Amino acid sequence: MSDHGSGAHSGEYEDRLQAWVGRELLTRRFGQDPVNVPMIRHWVEAMADDNPIYLDESAAREAGRDGVVAPASMAQAWTMRGYAASVRPDGEPTGMDELTGLLAEGGYTSVVATDSEFEFERELVPGDRVSVEEVVEAISPEKKTGLGAGRFITTVRTYRDAAGEVVATQRWRLLRFRPAEKPAQEPAGKPAGKPEGEEAEARPLRPRPAINHDNAFWFEAAREHRLVIQRCADCKSLRHPPGPCCPQCGSFAWDTVEAKGEGHVYSYVVAHHPRHPAFGYPLVIAVVELTEGTRLITNLTGVEPADVQIGMPVVLDWIDPDPDLSLPAFRPADADAKER
Amino acid sequence: MSVLPGAAAIAGIGATEFSKESGRSELRLACEAVLAAITDAGLQPSDVDGMVTFTADTSSEIHIARNLGIGELKFFSRIGHGGGAACGTVQQAAMAVATGVADVVVCYRAFNERSGTRYGLGQADRPVDVSADRAAYSWMTPFGLSTPAQWVAMFARRYMHEYGATSEDFGRIAVIDRAHAAKNPAAWFYGRPITLEDHQASRWIAEPLRLLDCCQESDGGQALVVVSADRARDLPHPPALIWGAAQGSGNDQHMMTSYYRSEITGIPEMGLVGRQLYAQSRLTPGDVQAAILYDHFTPLVLPQLEELGFCPKGEGKDFVADGNLELGGRLPFNTHGGQLGEAYIHGMNGIAEGVRLIRGTSVNQPGDVHNVLVTAGTGVPTSGLILGADA
Repeated sequence: MSDHGSGAHSGEYEDRLQAWVGRELLTRRFGQDPVNVPMIRHWVEAMADDNPIYLDESAAREAGRDGVVAPASMAQAWTMRGYAASVRPDGEPTGMDELTGLLAEGGYTSVVATDSEFEFERELVPGDRVSVEEVVEAISPEKKTGLGAGRFITTVRTYRDAAGEVVATQRWRLLRFRPAEKPAQEPAGKPAGKPEGEEAEARPLRPRPAINHDNAFWFEAAREHRLVIQRCADCKSLRHPPGPCCPQCGSFAWDTVEAKGEGHVYSYVVAHHPRHPAFGYPLVIAVVELTEGTRLITNLTGVEPADVQIGMPVVLDWIDPDPDLSLPAFRPADADAKER
Repeated sequence: MSVLPGAAAIAGIGATEFSKESGRSELRLACEAVLAAITDAGLQPSDVDGMVTFTADTSSEIHIARNLGIGELKFFSRIGHGGGAACGTVQQAAMAVATGVADVVVCYRAFNERSGTRYGLGQADRPVDVSADRAAYSWMTPFGLSTPAQWVAMFARRYMHEYGATSEDFGRIAVIDRAHAAKNPAAWFYGRPITLEDHQASRWIAEPLRLLDCCQESDGGQALVVVSADRARDLPHPPALIWGAAQGSGNDQHMMTSYYRSEITGIPEMGLVGRQLYAQSRLTPGDVQAAILYDHFTPLVLPQLEELGFCPKGEGKDFVADGNLELGGRLPFNTHGGQLGEAYIHGMNGIAEGVRLIRGTSVNQPGDVHNVLVTAGTGVPTSGLILGADA
């Protein structure tokens, strides 16, 4: 069974990496200019945002403001260093430079931004001075992504005004990855003959599972790459998909067992249309029957759609489409045997 | 014996045109269809005292009652599970009439399913919440299993594996539907029959389903008026008596994804519906001269024939290949063109065709039809009817 969670690195490297969690990458730094109308005008023209409260004093007052306000999403713009600094970096390495170096040492030389989540505390107005500081929140275990194996680096940027009050926070996530030599193994198939370059496009997030009291345990275990099966604590019968009550004996008490990760293809679909941007097509979706007896809907990896057969023995694999979602997938058991 | 069989009848049917872009609100479509059905029954809006629709419908009965001047309602009810609700609305109406709770009940369904929210696009991007209904999608959409075609394809692949059915066997269903639609001026595919070669040449949607295995998406509305059998006899059209009206949810039932049962080649909830229909009506499959079987996707027509006793298990493909579903055959089927050919109105337009077959007014009338069996959505908790002519 593969174990993509720990990657190929030593514990020592992992420790050095995880030591960055909680550390400051950027100490509080003010933007070069205060919030000002000319920059707001450039921004809203470029964004084609015709909301009048950004430029028209009377419209802003009618909307309950004291005067014009800056677009919330400009928070980051006020603290950017500008063109000159980006092409003529000053000699002093920042925390970010150090962390980037450490990731490159681990082979993670490529980067793509994956998420930016803002929370806004108040609207900025002309004259406000805005500062930013940045702290590392999390560094994921190595994940297998469509771009290659990599780690998600999550940081929190805090934007403050001159008085030090928080005006916005930004959760910023990068994937630092080892570029795959060939298109990464997609769960479920890639169209034959598709140019390799296209394979490297970052995809939108897969549809989120709706997590509730009855199913959270399963998705939490999946994030740890454990495929669990719900078991009645009284009559010991297994059930999937999970539910609050045992249909065999009526007991509400349950625990889980960890699946061995072996089974066979019970049925499958090769999806072509419509295409959801989170997936590669043709997409193989299967119902796999585990040796424990329960079935689950899953994806197949490492097999061309035309080679899938009902009854085909498969073994557990894992896919990590994004930092918050890990899902069990299965690959042909034969291929596994050949690899060994 | 139950009070239900023969106590009520469908006395009126009414529909809007079936299109891809109605250009009108769903409420307006519902009002138009309901008014047309009331008029067809020779009644006035003020005669209506009960209304039933789908939980999936966006137009509550109060909006229709208010707009049409229906006035007071003594009975209103809604059925869940998408297209599985269709015949269930008529069962609700028949029970209300049979028990004297209401006198004139209208069943309706209207939507802009093509120009508005398209079910065929799937569930992937629907909002997430913690309800059990929404959480059920957690086992599907993260893996890309999101659309009705994909859900059905999973059953179809297993059915092919166990019984040796082929894509051509599914295609024959589409060819029959489209042949019937080609002669139906109300059908979207009026004048446009297809061949089995056309079916085989159509692109994959979700293997083993091709484009021509999938029903169309439609805008439109359909309504039905249910009254007591006695009252129906005094109204303009011959009554379509409701001899059987049943719902069914099977063991270990899921919404379109009951993949966890010991076997998945049958439709046990449809078997449950069929057994009730025959018990209520005291009829057998041999007494049924025509069938309107839910055909959102062709593969699930075959196990319906098996579950309803028209042929043994696994032999649906042979029953179809032998021509039994064609106009001159043993069981003329989907004479309006089905949802593949006429329109996808969540099965309600099929019930209207069942009424026309009993009245003898179908555009593809296969001769005298004394009893017709109508089914609702497959893969979901479902329902069915046996409609019959007055003796």
